[in-house]
Amino acid sequence: MPQNTTIAGAGASRPRVEAVELTKRFGGVHAVKGVSVAIAAGSVHGLVGENGAGKSTLSKMIGGVHAPDGGELRVDGRPVRFASPRDALAEGIAMIAQEIALVPARTVIENVFLGLEPRRAGVVQTRELRRRYAELEARTGFGLPADARVGDLRTAEQQKVEILRAIARDARVILMDEPTAALTIDESRRLLDIIRRLAADGTSVVLVSHHLEEVLDVCDAVTVMRDGALVRTGPAKDETPESLVQAMLGRDLELMAPAHRRPKPDAPVVLEARGLRRAGALDDVSLQLRAGEIVGLAGLVGSGRTEVARALFGADRLDAGEVRMGGRRLRLRHPRDAIRSGIAMLPESRKDEGLLMLRSVRENASLTTVAQLARAGVVRRRAERDQARALADRLDVRAASLEQPVVGLSGGNQQKVLFAKWLARRPTVLLADEPTRGVDIGAKRQIHDLLVDLARDGMAVLLISSEIEEVLSLSHRVLVMRAGRIVEEIPGDVATEENVMRAAFAPPRTSPGAPST
Amino acid sequence: MSTTTTEPTAAAAASRGRRGLIVRDYGIVLCFVALFVALSLSTSTFLTERNLLNILDQSAPLGIITCAITICIVCGIFDLSTGAIYGLSAVVAAKVASSTTPDVGVAAGVVCGLGLGLANAVVIHLTRINSFIGTLATGIVFRGLALLITGGAIVTVTDSGFRTLGRSELLGAKYSVWVFVVFFAITAFLLARTTFGRYVFAVGGNEEAARLSGIRTELVRGACYALSGLAAGIAGVLAASRTASAQADLGTGLELSAIAAAVVGGTSILGGEGAVWRGVLGVLTLAIIGNGFDLLGIDSTYQLLVQGVLILSAVAADQLLRRR
Repeated sequence: MPQNTTIAGAGASRPRVEAVELTKRFGGVHAVKGVSVAIAAGSVHGLVGENGAGKSTLSKMIGGVHAPDGGELRVDGRPVRFASPRDALAEGIAMIAQEIALVPARTVIENVFLGLEPRRAGVVQTRELRRRYAELEARTGFGLPADARVGDLRTAEQQKVEILRAIARDARVILMDEPTAALTIDESRRLLDIIRRLAADGTSVVLVSHHLEEVLDVCDAVTVMRDGALVRTGPAKDETPESLVQAMLGRDLELMAPAHRRPKPDAPVVLEARGLRRAGALDDVSLQLRAGEIVGLAGLVGSGRTEVARALFGADRLDAGEVRMGGRRLRLRHPRDAIRSGIAMLPESRKDEGLLMLRSVRENASLTTVAQLARAGVVRRRAERDQARALADRLDVRAASLEQPVVGLSGGNQQKVLFAKWLARRPTVLLADEPTRGVDIGAKRQIHDLLVDLARDGMAVLLISSEIEEVLSLSHRVLVMRAGRIVEEIPGDVATEENVMRAAFAPPRTSPGAPST
Repeated sequence: MSTTTTEPTAAAAASRGRRGLIVRDYGIVLCFVALFVALSLSTSTFLTERNLLNILDQSAPLGIITCAITICIVCGIFDLSTGAIYGLSAVVAAKVASSTTPDVGVAAGVVCGLGLGLANAVVIHLTRINSFIGTLATGIVFRGLALLITGGAIVTVTDSGFRTLGRSELLGAKYSVWVFVVFFAITAFLLARTTFGRYVFAVGGNEEAARLSGIRTELVRGACYALSGLAAGIAGVLAASRTASAQADLGTGLELSAIAAAVVGGTSILGGEGAVWRGVLGVLTLAIIGNGFDLLGIDSTYQLLVQGVLILSAVAADQLLRRR
């Protein structure tokens, strides 16, 4: 066993949670290799690394989800062993996972106090429950309606429910794994404020995140991991995004996307939408996509960005409006109609809408082209394999083999398989909804390069992203949405975070002279 | 604890993981082979051509239905009307055969099964009811129709030509065995090698992803209901032919036996995963357990206990190994 690091003097500076040489293996994969980290009381501790670096596994060991194979976990200096998240919670450690684990059909208050309901003779004491909820609300200032169904809330609000739940259980350490992945910029900022407030109250927060600016913004200390091993832990103020990236990758990488040419102004319009309407989602949306152009679609979550893509793809029924390609009006009754016209859509959630998680890379990559790869309804296996291999090579999909189920791949590789599935059709229009969500920094860069290459080869790309830097660095034009409308069009060379966000947030303009019909 | 104990533990965990996957994928094969060998050694009558062909003949109707039910389950749907379709097709076959010729009767039974399967597809598509409830209801309707036709009596066919399918042999095996083998081959090929099979996996594995990939999910599902109806029709005709008679309550509970066999074979009840050969192996495993009990002269009551426990352990093992 490697030497334990001796901790000088127990006292006020004693860490609340300490991992000592923690080790974890999954099958043949050495996920965490003897990592030691100390988390101080009342601090925000960032955990960064590429996908597969072991940061989630480390936090899951602290949270009692995985039992370590070696090493020791200490809470307030005492060695502890967690067999389940419940054991961890008993020590005041709560985990907020990437996938939200709430009961969607029940209310906020029921979810917050699930399992803790004050009761007398088995009957829940409703008044006492409400009093406690009011107390929690006063502490956090979330402003969540107690009686709303959790399933009706947006992701950001569901996360707040999870946080309330952790606080209601007297958590002194809250582990958050990518909490901002599904949030808009504004919601992320508010969450970071909440994290600061929790820390000021003495709660320790461990933040696992891909967003380096966010980590540097809110954390007191940052731990960098690479390939399951600790690279370093240090004060956040000593780090920069570049220094973190270098530590994560073990080499330098430009953070910004590559420079790319604008399409010629006379490039043909390949897709045009006019007056798209759908009750509660889209309100008179019109847009044009030119060959070779990357058009960014920015806006808050819920502003209708995804709905635009789904409308152009025939995934949702429209109340009004038309979509034209090459001057011809499309009849979009089913995604099939859009696909046949040369439109492809990378959906927002690869797991729920994109991939067959249990099937192989090969089958996923051929799903949109399997009819072309078949003769008399029988799939020609060699043709299918050749196509999948060519795409996997081109996109640098890292899988053990083409037969590996995609569920076992990293987020970045899954996303590449999703690209493969659509590039197999050689589309003329690509609607990419959050193409780099939950993807590590290396794969993200590859996807950015890919989008630029595709546009250069003449594809029209509609890029939807909650990451404003991504939209700004890749787009030739930025369309900003608010409340189901496109409210602003900003050329890529003058678009800034500030003018895009101002358009996304501004209250509806009331033009005094305009006649109201 | 020292490093020397950590290392073997990790290695053991690794090999346990691999072994787990093998158990999940080929557990049913091991189970079948073990039973087969055990029965061959412990009885003198099990490993005889006559006994084995007899098992296949007995299993043919359930086996045919299980082939189709497996495809339904992979596609994410349950067809609980299949037992009723089996009964109604048998009744229709017998009724038509007695008033016309045996061949017309057989054709009528098969067409009846296919038609009822299509009816399921249409009803469930139009009402958008969950398949479980929808086919439960249509199954009751079909059973009612069978009762209406027979008036509660047994329909017997006097023309001995009607028995050909169930009783005559070709190359040493009953026709029913050949029908089973051919139906198995066709459905296995459909699921494993054709675009239709791919779509079945896609719809069952992730319906929204399938739709967004341009797949007409309602057509794929409809085809599965039709296939299931066709299988039940063929199986019902075989059963009617075997006894030259049919009655309305024929095949009660058969749908559950088929689902159980599919699950024992290792097809996931959650859809999106599975294979037709697994369902057939499930049927044969349950069949040789029954056969073994008979040959060993054990009270058939215990047979139910063993089959139930086997089904439970198959599902439990699947869940357990999936959690890794």
